Formats: sequence, C-alpha cells, structure tokens
Amino acid sequence: MTLTAKPPAAGPSASEPAPPSRPAPRKRARNLRTWVQGGGLSTLVFLAPMLIVFAIFSWSPIVQSIVMSFQQTNLLDPPTWVGLDNFAAVLSDPLLGTAVLNTVYFAVLALLFGFPLPILVAVLMSEVRRGKGFYSALAYLPVVVPPVVAVLLWKVFYDASPTGLFNTILGWFGIPAQPWLQSSATAMPSLVLEATWAGAGGSIIIYLAALLAVPPELYDAAEVDGASIWNKIWHVTLPQLRGILFIMLILQVIATAQVFLEPYLFTGGGPNNATVTILLLIYRYAFQNSLGGDYGEATALSVMLAVVLALLSWLYFRLTNRWSTS
Amino acid sequence: MKSPRKVVIAGIAAFAMVGALAACSSGGSESGKTELRVATFPPGADAAAYEAFDAQEKQFEKANPDIDIIGVEYEWEGPTFAVQLAGGSLPDVFTVPFTDSKTLLENGQLMDVTDEIEELGYTDSFNPVILDGVTDSEGRIFGFPRQAYAMGLHYNRTLFEEAGLDPDSPPTTWDEVREDAKVIADKTGKAGYMQMTQNNTGGWQLTAATVARGGSTQTDNGDGTYTSTIANDGTKASLEFLKELRWEDDSLGSNFLLDWGSINQEFAAGNIGMYTTGSDIYTALVRDFSLNPDDYGLTVIPIENDGGTLGGGDIAVVSPTVDEQTKAAAVTWIDWFYMQKLLNEDAAVLDAKTLAESDQAVGTPLLPVLNREAYEQSLVWIEPYINVPRDQMTPFIEGIWEQTPVGEPKGKTQEIYALLDPVVQAVLTDQNADIDALLAQADEEAQALLDE
Repeated sequence: MTLTAKPPAAGPSASEPAPPSRPAPRKRARNLRTWVQGGGLSTLVFLAPMLIVFAIFSWSPIVQSIVMSFQQTNLLDPPTWVGLDNFAAVLSDPLLGTAVLNTVYFAVLALLFGFPLPILVAVLMSEVRRGKGFYSALAYLPVVVPPVVAVLLWKVFYDASPTGLFNTILGWFGIPAQPWLQSSATAMPSLVLEATWAGAGGSIIIYLAALLAVPPELYDAAEVDGASIWNKIWHVTLPQLRGILFIMLILQVIATAQVFLEPYLFTGGGPNNATVTILLLIYRYAFQNSLGGDYGEATALSVMLAVVLALLSWLYFRLTNRWSTS
Repeated sequence: MKSPRKVVIAGIAAFAMVGALAACSSGGSESGKTELRVATFPPGADAAAYEAFDAQEKQFEKANPDIDIIGVEYEWEGPTFAVQLAGGSLPDVFTVPFTDSKTLLENGQLMDVTDEIEELGYTDSFNPVILDGVTDSEGRIFGFPRQAYAMGLHYNRTLFEEAGLDPDSPPTTWDEVREDAKVIADKTGKAGYMQMTQNNTGGWQLTAATVARGGSTQTDNGDGTYTSTIANDGTKASLEFLKELRWEDDSLGSNFLLDWGSINQEFAAGNIGMYTTGSDIYTALVRDFSLNPDDYGLTVIPIENDGGTLGGGDIAVVSPTVDEQTKAAAVTWIDWFYMQKLLNEDAAVLDAKTLAESDQAVGTPLLPVLNREAYEQSLVWIEPYINVPRDQMTPFIEGIWEQTPVGEPKGKTQEIYALLDPVVQAVLTDQNADIDALLAQADEEAQALLDE
C-alpha cells in the first residue's frame, strides 16, 4: 500500500474567481465558505489521521535524528551540542571503510544476481500458457515467509558441516562441502543468495504486471518481421519495460545500501568483519558497543547515508530522465 | 464528500485515534501504596519460575504492606536498554552484568545508591574487587552486587562417556583440553571444544582465556587512563590454542559464529563437548535452554603462568528516573529479594525453599559477593533444598578457592571486546590468519579508543 500525501484541495476556490470589485475581507470569507462547501473541510478531516500519524511516527523522528547528529545524549539528561564531533568520529572509525566496501560489494552482487533474475523469470512466466497462477504463487511464496524466519531457516540450510542441507545436496554432485557463512570469502555471497531468493518474488509480480501492459500488436508486428524470441525480448519487451526497470533499479540500489537484516541475523558482521555493513555499523554505534551512549554517532552516519542516497537518486534520475519516459 | 455524516464519521475516527495514542502514555494511579515494578525473568522462562516469584512477592508484600510489587518480564539486553530506559518501559529494579555497569554509570543511566548501601551497613562487607565494578571515579556506588561468578569450564558428561573419556576427571590443563576435544570430535562427530565469537562475547572469552594464561589485555594506570596490552603472550597463546584446535585437530565443529545465547543452545543440545563461561550458567541452561541435568559437568578453567579466573556477575540497580519514594521501596526490595538471603538464615531458607518447591535451581556454584565464610554458611543453611547436581560440579566447587579472581578490564570494556571479536573469528575462519598482525592492529585500535 502506498500512501501519497496530497495538500488539501485548493481547487474549488481557484475555479471560482471572485469579481474584482468585492472588498478583500468578504472575499476571504466567501473563499472559506466555498472551500468548506466544496468539501475542503471533510478532505482535511479525512486526511488528518494520516497527517498526524506521519508527523508523529515518520517526519518528527527524521527531524529529531538530524538534530541528534549534532548532539551527545543518553536520552535522559538534557543533550549537549557537540557540533561536528559525531561526524568526525564516524569518519575516523577504521571500520567505516570496511562497512562501505562491504555494502557496495553486497549491492553489486545483489545487482548482478538479483536484478536480472526476476526479469528473466517474469518474461518466461508470461510465456507460459497454463498454470500461470501456480507459478506466480510459487514465485511469490518466499515473500510471504517472514524475513526473520527465512533467514533463520537459511542459517540451518547453510550448516557448514558435511551433513548440512546444502552441503549434502552439493555432495550428491561430488562437490566438496562449502563453508558458507563460516568464511570471509563465502559469507557475503551467501547473504546475497538468500536475499535474492527472498526478494525476487515481489519484483517478479511487478514485472508480470508491467508485461501485461505491453501492447500485443508490437509482438505481432515483430513476428511478421520474422523476429526470433530473443529479438522480441530485446527489441520489444525490454524497451517497453524500461520505465519500470529504471525505477526498480534505483529502488534496489537504495534497498541494498540499507541492508541490515541479513548480516545482523546470519553473521553479526563476521567472520572477521566480512559482512559489516553501514546499517550494521549504525546499529553497533547506537546499541551494541556503548549501550546507548553513542546515538549521536549513529544518527550522524545515518544522516550521511541518507544524503549520499538522495544525491545518488537525484543523479540517477537526471541521467536516465531522457530514456525512462516511454 | 459534502455529506455532514461523513464529516462526523471522519471526525470521530480521527478523535478516536488521537485518543488511542494518548492512552499509550502511562498513568499509574496510587492506591496509598507505592507501586514498584521489579524485574522477574527473561522471556521464555518456564511457568514454575513465575510460581516461585508469585510466592516471594506475597511474602514481601506481607512484610511490607505499603509496597505493591509488580513483576515485569526482563532480560538484560544492551541494544534496547537505553531506549527502554528513556521510554519508561524498564522496571524500577533490574539487574545488569558487571561487564556493562561501568559504561552505564558513566552514561548516567543508573541511580546513585551510595547512601542507602551505607545505611544498610553493606559498604564494608562487599568483596572490594566486586564493589569496584559499580563505583565511579568519585567513589559513588550505583548498585548492589548480588551475585558473582568465576569463569568455569563446562563440559558435556554424556559426550565424554560416548568418547570413552572419564567424565569424573575432566581436563586440568589446556593441553588436556586439546587432547580431550580431539577425542570427542573424532569419536562423536561433535565439536570437542568451542568458544564464543560474536556480539562482543568473543572479546569477553578471549580476555578470560588470556587471564587464565597469566596475560592481561589492559593496564590501569591509576589516574583514569589505561594502556592497551592486547598483544601480550597470554592472548597470543590463547589464539594459537584455537588455531591448533581448528586447523590441526579440526575439533571445534563447523559453526564459528556463536554468542552467549547460541553457544548455550548448542551446548544444551549436546553439540559441544566443552566451553568456557560463567560458573552460574547452569540455572539458565536448565531454565531457558532445556539442558538435561545429567549431561552437565563443571570444572575450573585451567590456569597457567600464575593466571587467574576472570570474574563477573550482576548487580541489582535502580532506574535513574524514579522518585524518592519509589527509590526507597526499590532499596527495600533489593535488600529483601537479593541481599538478605546472603546474610540471614531465615531469609536464605525461605528463598531456597520457595525456589525448590517450583523446581528452580538452588545451589548453583557462585563466587561470594560478601566473603567466603558468609557464602559457605548460607550453603549450609539451604542444604536440604539444594537440587542442582553439585556432585557433577565437584571439580569446580573444590578447585575454585585455589584460583585468583580477576576483574574485567575497565577501560572501554565493551568497545574493546567488540574489537576482539573479529580477531577470534579470523583465527577460526582463515587458516593463514597472522595472529601477531591481528593483535598489533587490535592493540592500536584499542589504544585509540582508550585515548579518546
């Protein structure tokens, strides 16, 4: 569900311009009346619960966390202003570089495996004639499993002993047992594998819906021109999907930059910091190492991450603006 | 949209929601009694534990009719502590581990109880090493040390038997630990030995192993500054020990990402032969992790090169947000619930009897928070109610008095433990890990933290 805040409708009063000769106060009274009569008040009343909830639970924490990034606080005593100290402390943390590189590594791996896969599956599924509902349900199933449950299940699958589930399966094909989460080299790809499995279903459904919107005449025309199935995908399907592809790409980049659940539950950032991500580092600042003493550093890093992501999104939309409108 | 009815409905909806939000804020009404919210057990404790608590609550309220005790489910969790404290969802009385008490009192997150402890006459009776952990630089005291433990070597007797080892003669040196671990791993396919590695417990247990080998990770300069000594021989020997077990003997199993909760779980499930943790873990292993008591064995941690056993424990503290009246009630409760049973025969017997009637562990081996005589005297008082298999803990009970308890490092304790986690993990997951380089780097980073 997406909630989009719209300002209270100014339409009715604007559409009924008052005669210029009328004195100003009466004009305002008249405008207010027409606004009420035009349904402005009930719009506002209906909007109020959402505005209040957003203000309390979404906007005010955002503002507060920006304020907190310049403060030192334990949430009990009055906070003290420390200027840019929190930012300086975060930037001089030797783990920050590791966390940034790990996050980029996760994002790149997730992009390589996680981005094309749902498109491919959606295109294949749209070609299936029978049992489409069954395949859709199958693809969407991982999304229905609560994320924490999914991670804990996969943690069992990733048992690194030769009797672990995945290692047993690999054993059938004569492949030696893998360390999965228990080695710096394989831990991050293991997280990406699970994240891709968990996230693909949602993207597949979106792509399937977008594929329905592709006019069938285009395929007919391509067929008349003697296009192969590959040509049809390359020259018809993908160009028709490009708007949604660009949106999904930036959404995925933003989501992977904020990866937390997988490293937190699978590895706690280990082994040897191989899966410490930016959000995990924020979590550690705020909660783990200082027991609530470093909310300032945690919010400072959060603000920096938000700024970088906002800049990235802005740049991305500028660059792709020309191509994404269909 | 113009229908007045719709407007009214929307208005009611909005009003109801604001009302519901307002109702979220607490509003405790007084009925002449002081309401005191006290910590009970971690989530998941069995129902019998609550029966025992209910009985104790009634006993207390009978003796103190002006105090109304409200039990609150509580588990010490660093991550949520500060938020719970600020949000007011923390009990008024709760316990925190020694490891964290210094950080908390420096953050201003604990109530000063110096005068109350003085008034009750406890100040001079506490073991000074233990009291030091809850005292700030100005000598103010922020809690009642209520239970202390020494690091012990816990082992699975059933796995020992399956491997053909004698569960009544557990290893007494690190070399024997290594030999037995190898035998267990070879014969049973389980991990012979394992150590915690995650969420700061890796650093905690590495420190314990260091101390047992005569090393120390930090020097207290006595002027409020500390010098990091992470790259010492004890720590190096501890890591080399792990490296040999992992890469030469393959006796550590296959899961190298374990913290306090998960290693207890693995041990209770019979997947780990031996591990080190606090000597009081038996209570939690049985109550929260469903350990079969017959599997359990406990001995002292092997000591080399004049080392000691890392001590710890927890302290009963009062929330810094309560008013004077609640604080007084809190101190009364702490004295009755946690302290009197250490000093007073009637209180000790009543406590043990109530716990035993609900099948809660009585007699888990501890370190005295006051002194050895008082502790041993209390054990005599509660003898008829002891229900933990102390004969399976004999090597610890007899050996612990020979060992010197050593306090945890005081400067930036948790942050430095966090620095050491990846060092332990690197040794266990990378065959070519360079121990000297890892220690040199950790030492440098620790010193930078200490110099902040």
